[in-house]
Amino acid sequence: MNATLGRETDPQLEAMYQEVILDHYRHPHGRGLREPFDTEVHHVNPVCGDEITLRLSLRTADEGAGEQEVNLSFEAQGCSISQAAASVMFEQVEGVPLTRALAVGEQFRELMDSATREVNVDEETLGDGIAFAGVARYPARVKCALLPWMALRDAAARVVGPEVVEGDRE
Amino acid sequence: MSTSASATGGPTVSSPASSTGFDLDRVRADFPILRRTVRGGKRLVYLDSAATSQKPVEVLDAERAFYEVSNAAVHRGAHQLAEEATEAYEQARRRIAGFVGAAAGDLIFTKNATEALNLAAYSFTNATAKSAVGADLPDGAERFVLKPGDEIVVTEMEHHANLVPWQEVCVKTGARLRWLGITDDGRLDLSRLGEIVNERTKVLAVVHQSNLLGTINPLKPLAERAREVGALFVVDACQSVPHVPVDVADTGADLIAWSGHKMLGPMGIGCLWGRAEVLAAMPPFITGGSMIKVVRMESSTYADPPQRFEAGVPMAAQAVGLAAAVEYLERLGMDVVAAHERELTGYLLNRMRELSGVAIIGPETTVDRGGTVSFVIDGVHAHDVGQVLDDRGVAVRVGHHCAWPTCERFGVRATARASLAVYNGRDDVDALIDAIGDTQRFFGTR
Ligand SMILES: Cc1ncc(COP(=O)(O)O)c(C=O)c1O
Repeated sequence: MNATLGRETDPQLEAMYQEVILDHYRHPHGRGLREPFDTEVHHVNPVCGDEITLRLSLRTADEGAGEQEVNLSFEAQGCSISQAAASVMFEQVEGVPLTRALAVGEQFRELMDSATREVNVDEETLGDGIAFAGVARYPARVKCALLPWMALRDAAARVVGPEVVEGDRE
Repeated sequence: MSTSASATGGPTVSSPASSTGFDLDRVRADFPILRRTVRGGKRLVYLDSAATSQKPVEVLDAERAFYEVSNAAVHRGAHQLAEEATEAYEQARRRIAGFVGAAAGDLIFTKNATEALNLAAYSFTNATAKSAVGADLPDGAERFVLKPGDEIVVTEMEHHANLVPWQEVCVKTGARLRWLGITDDGRLDLSRLGEIVNERTKVLAVVHQSNLLGTINPLKPLAERAREVGALFVVDACQSVPHVPVDVADTGADLIAWSGHKMLGPMGIGCLWGRAEVLAAMPPFITGGSMIKVVRMESSTYADPPQRFEAGVPMAAQAVGLAAAVEYLERLGMDVVAAHERELTGYLLNRMRELSGVAIIGPETTVDRGGTVSFVIDGVHAHDVGQVLDDRGVAVRVGHHCAWPTCERFGVRATARASLAVYNGRDDVDALIDAIGDTQRFFGTR
């Protein structure tokens, strides 16, 4: 990847800018705000001004008998890491049960802590999110990667109540 | 423009010692941090001095010597160490005041420029609150009492430190915030100065040199207009005092704030200079020990400036360190420092203008502009720019630089910003330019 780089590049940098991340940055998924929605949140990273507006509605499958499923739309502006994180997040949580979506978010948060402590990530739950492992090495970028996930958590807390969202953290 | 340097001059190791006797290599040798490497052995190319400057060994030594020899609480106690510490602190005040042509008694030490500007702003909030209940105020404090209908004027290119405190004053007093805009080429728009600064204006607070655009604002017409309407003229000199000679009397300002850590001095010390009669009329800000005259259980009276504004045990070691920084700059000569940075700014602007896909946010020539250059690269977010630059050992700041409205004015969310100081040379600029090229290649935009 990034074969165009002529000079020696720190492998850490290459590790952060995974092709998956750059792909999602260049071709983001799920962009554009849609109706209807249960709640809309707006999150910014005050350090750099990255922004996301996220709409969440929860649909209950099987005529109300099944689990609540995530229905998401968003508009975001910012760096490659925050944009790719939003796009990957969309791919991972759209149409899946809320509890599952929150679990992925938890795994993602755990992954972002991996530079400072021993973490226990479940790669299967994390899915494509694992591509962001290299971001954890750059503390200034962790907030970028977490921006969409924090927005999702906040939106979920507004719809189903903070206890439910917090409760999910074990 | 002072430079016509060709951009293809190859790898220059450093600026040649100029006719003024400026020797970059010798200057650099004074800054221990410049000897370290970053990101796997790369030379540190420090282009973030607008955020904070590096410190010469003289400053570090001065702080250490204070702690090793004279450490004691200033203005408290009668033992020899207390005497020495107090003398060192007041000696530092004299030196730092002298650096900007001020009298020592008119210079207040604060934690940083942000606190200095809050001190100025709180003079209004506190005077207004005290006046409302008929409490004692210093003679002349009426000009600090605000009411709905009064106006405070700032500019669209303020650092948050010279914007948010004034917003707060407005919220608390009912005064209205207004501002001078910015022209497309990054200059303060003075076309409506006469209308925006008017009889209702109680404060005109303006940045001397923008920390985002690099623009140096013309203080003279601003000072004149403020004087005409009787408004207090507050100048944020954070980005000018470290880089060009500043004489407080020449500015026409009533109050001037700046930080020590951006001018080769330690962190934890800032300055607020004020005209003596203005300071005398200001009620205290932070209260407690060391700022009082007489304390009784019911109430207290307050010391004269500057002590009135220096509650608690002050940052004596930092004051001593800042005095050493000032001596260092004086030894180089502020004219020489300014000339060196100006030449280098010209070189940086020239080289940057030659790049395709790179836009400078702010004035594109050295006319009335300092060595703080914000830029954006087509198709690459500033954070990502900063990341690749960092990988090359090039330290710049990215983001909104605590001047969010200024970014919005230019329709950008974030910029990368290279800012120069006395220890930078052409090799640093060349490294930046190369790294920008690498960034464009990395993200496939070139
Ligand atoms: C123009 C300007 N004003 C105010 C400040 C605030 O300085 P400090 O953070 O040292 O209080 C800064 C720097 O951050 C600045 O560049």
